[in-house]
Amino acid sequence: MSKFPNQLALVSVVGVSAIALAVGLSERAAQKAAEAAHAEAIQVAEALAAEQRAAGEVAAAEPAEAAPVTDEVATAEPANVEPVTEEVAATESADAAPVTEETAVTEAAPAPDAAPAAVASATLDGTTDTLEGQGDTDRLAGDDTAMAHGPYGLGRLALPEEINAWNLDILPDGTGLPDGEGDVWTGDEIFSEYCAVCHGDFAEGVDNWPKLAGGMGTLDREDPLKTVGSYWPYLSTTFDYVRRSMPFGNAQTLTDDEVYSIVAYILYSNDLVDEDFVLSKETFLDVEMPNADGFILDDRAETELERFSQEPCMENCKDSVEITMRAAVLDVTPEETRAKTIAKLIKDTDPKAPKAEAAEAEGVETAAAPVAEAAPAAEETAPAVEAAAPAASEAAPDPALVAAGEAVFKKCKACHMVGDGAKNRVGPALNGVVGRTAGSAEGFKYSKPMLAAGEEGLVWDEAALHEYLADPKGYIKGNKMAFAGLKKPDDVDAVIAYLKAHP
Amino acid sequence: MTRKSKGLETSRRRFLTGAAAAGAGAVAAATARAATPDPLITEVQDWASITGEGVDATPYGLPIRYEADVIRRNVPWLTADPISSINFTPIHALDGTITPAGCAFERHHSGAIELRKEDYRLMINGLVDKPLVFTYEDLERFPRETRVYFLECAANTGMEWAGAQLNGAQFTHGMIHNMEYTGVPLRTLLNEAGVQPEGKWIYVEGADASSNGRSIPLEKALDDCLVAFKANGEALRMEHGYPARLVVPGWEGNMWIKWLRRVEVTEVAVESREETSKYTDTLANGVSRKWTWEMDAKSVITSPSPQAPITHGPGPLVITGLAWSGRGAITGVDVSLDGGINWQKARLAAPGESRALTRFYLDIDWQGEEMLLQSRARDETGYVQPTKNQLREVRGLNSIYHNNGIQTWWVKPDGEAENVEIS
Repeated sequence: MSKFPNQLALVSVVGVSAIALAVGLSERAAQKAAEAAHAEAIQVAEALAAEQRAAGEVAAAEPAEAAPVTDEVATAEPANVEPVTEEVAATESADAAPVTEETAVTEAAPAPDAAPAAVASATLDGTTDTLEGQGDTDRLAGDDTAMAHGPYGLGRLALPEEINAWNLDILPDGTGLPDGEGDVWTGDEIFSEYCAVCHGDFAEGVDNWPKLAGGMGTLDREDPLKTVGSYWPYLSTTFDYVRRSMPFGNAQTLTDDEVYSIVAYILYSNDLVDEDFVLSKETFLDVEMPNADGFILDDRAETELERFSQEPCMENCKDSVEITMRAAVLDVTPEETRAKTIAKLIKDTDPKAPKAEAAEAEGVETAAAPVAEAAPAAEETAPAVEAAAPAASEAAPDPALVAAGEAVFKKCKACHMVGDGAKNRVGPALNGVVGRTAGSAEGFKYSKPMLAAGEEGLVWDEAALHEYLADPKGYIKGNKMAFAGLKKPDDVDAVIAYLKAHP
Repeated sequence: MTRKSKGLETSRRRFLTGAAAAGAGAVAAATARAATPDPLITEVQDWASITGEGVDATPYGLPIRYEADVIRRNVPWLTADPISSINFTPIHALDGTITPAGCAFERHHSGAIELRKEDYRLMINGLVDKPLVFTYEDLERFPRETRVYFLECAANTGMEWAGAQLNGAQFTHGMIHNMEYTGVPLRTLLNEAGVQPEGKWIYVEGADASSNGRSIPLEKALDDCLVAFKANGEALRMEHGYPARLVVPGWEGNMWIKWLRRVEVTEVAVESREETSKYTDTLANGVSRKWTWEMDAKSVITSPSPQAPITHGPGPLVITGLAWSGRGAITGVDVSLDGGINWQKARLAAPGESRALTRFYLDIDWQGEEMLLQSRARDETGYVQPTKNQLREVRGLNSIYHNNGIQTWWVKPDGEAENVEIS
């Protein structure tokens, strides 16, 4: 009886998500889908070709047919590929009907010099292109050998889009720099928004985080200060690194213009450019890095190897020996003795340890109650927790959602801790954040706007967290959180569920 | 008797290691004849009577809990944040040469990432005939090799440049591990793509947010580098780059890209952050060496050492340690008990293997005298591990990386040891 409504519900849920999926398909996603289809096509062709190799089939076909479109494999706009689904081919191509996948492969296989797999994949694409009337018969063999697979025939050709997506290298001469530009003042704003939390407002570094400015002339002194200005030999490295890996915990979210701006600001904070400087491809090589000539190639072969390759002394090598320095005097070793560690770990991992131990540990500070009493106390509190649970049953955390939230929380982990022993780090500890007043984590240095929000009564209920996490900078202007926000509402739900699970 | 003369710390340690065992040891050391029968022998113990755990109690086992202190440790003050940080292998508590993966040190620049095999892609691009993309499955279809190599962070012992700082072999020398890697020669993958004649370098990067890109001369890439997917027989651990990492034998650990996602053949070095602002060695005159890839021959006594004091009293003592060289095999290790006045040849557990850890032993009869323990490695090129002062004469105090100077442990009459520097 009840099955029917359930199914209905299921259908509607599926329907909704399908719509969401369709709506959510950005151009890029569509492109990716097309690429995937394309790659799949290549795989199919390769599989077929492999079969054929195994069968040792040799057919006499014209290599010309196989050859034309090898380049197209790599360069074809995905848009061209996308429409050519099997269905389209089947319906639109009355003329091309005989050119089925099988025949294409059969014809391709014999191309004498080229590895069959590559030719087959080319042919398959050639077939589809032909169906669209885009076959380019002028491009003949010759490319074949170049595009043929290597000795093992493993892997597939990387598409230009894929190479572009991953190849972000910027060389010292500026090769690889993207279009765009950025000025010092924009950089200042972006830097204070995204970078200052670790690197300081003036790139001077907070705590142990890298200092990006200053240190000129310190390299030959005790404890040199190595910054972009005082040490880095190439500006390309700064651009490359900021674009790839910053902000810490939220890498590859900056636009190229933002990267240009940030780098311009770092240069400015090192007194290397004026305040009206605009960094772009064109001005990039104008910047002189002070320590550009401060490096030599590894010279150990000349300066050390011979010196340290003398037959060593074995007896009476020196008259006396004195201790000149002791680690115990300086004593910077982490304060953890073997005894302490082993005691704790044995206790923590003892399967026979009494269950009341946790309660005991918590109870010790507040009440000096004997252990025997602590245990019942724990039992008393346990039912209380259970009693509270039904009241909150509507909001009872869905374990799957909490788990999903834990995965989403990875984006937050660079700055925030939650759970046992959570401490304030770059961001405040988040235990109990759901339901607490904004700006109230003990001991955390909040921005003024965040403190003001709390004073005005902002409480982190779910609704507020939803808005904040979707757009941290928009929701509370000028707050410290250098995070672009969670774009998917599902992620926000999940992460809130996860935070709620850590009261 | 011996026990009473020890400090509180020692006796507590002794107790925790197993009071009964320590007691038995003390008896044995004092005399060959026990005064009273040992109840561990005369009384039927639980474990000799009742049954132990069944076979599936732990589908993938961890060390027994009595070894729970043999763990990686970090030095919190070293870095701003544990996500971009390093910890240390407990070399003071290990023996043999292979480092168990579970306690092999970690170094991450943007944290250890979880990357499924299904989501893994390795791209070969740049100056190649055909840019290629491999899946994890593809990697497993190439002919593979299995070899043991050490991986040492260039910063290992870096905190000791200016003087003795950290009290323990784990902290002074623990940025090292030694595993048996299984993987595909990088050469094979590069050949598959076809390196063009203009290619002189490769640029390698990982899939994590740091990407940690490094440039490696093509010659090395075609020589002995591996794209490894197994270590010590099992899949790489997440923290060591699962599902695939680069192995660059003998060269600084930073180049062993984890979660390897791309190998680009280039004409010039990219001069990335990790090869300019970091992993370059500043000399006394302010000029810095770059491309200091090879790890110089080095050794350290792992026991006794500050975290592994002598607890058994006078008599037979096993002195042991590790030696390695990025330029080839270790051919010998000398040990000094007196701070380098006299040296004797240690016994190698096995002949040195190229670019892998070598274990050495020196078995002595210790009568409770103070010792200034040192070890000195020699490799097949004839290189002899220098003293710290010899290194400082060439490089000054600011080099940070590549400190392979001789380490000294001051062993006191009570068996405790301390990290010291000597004249």
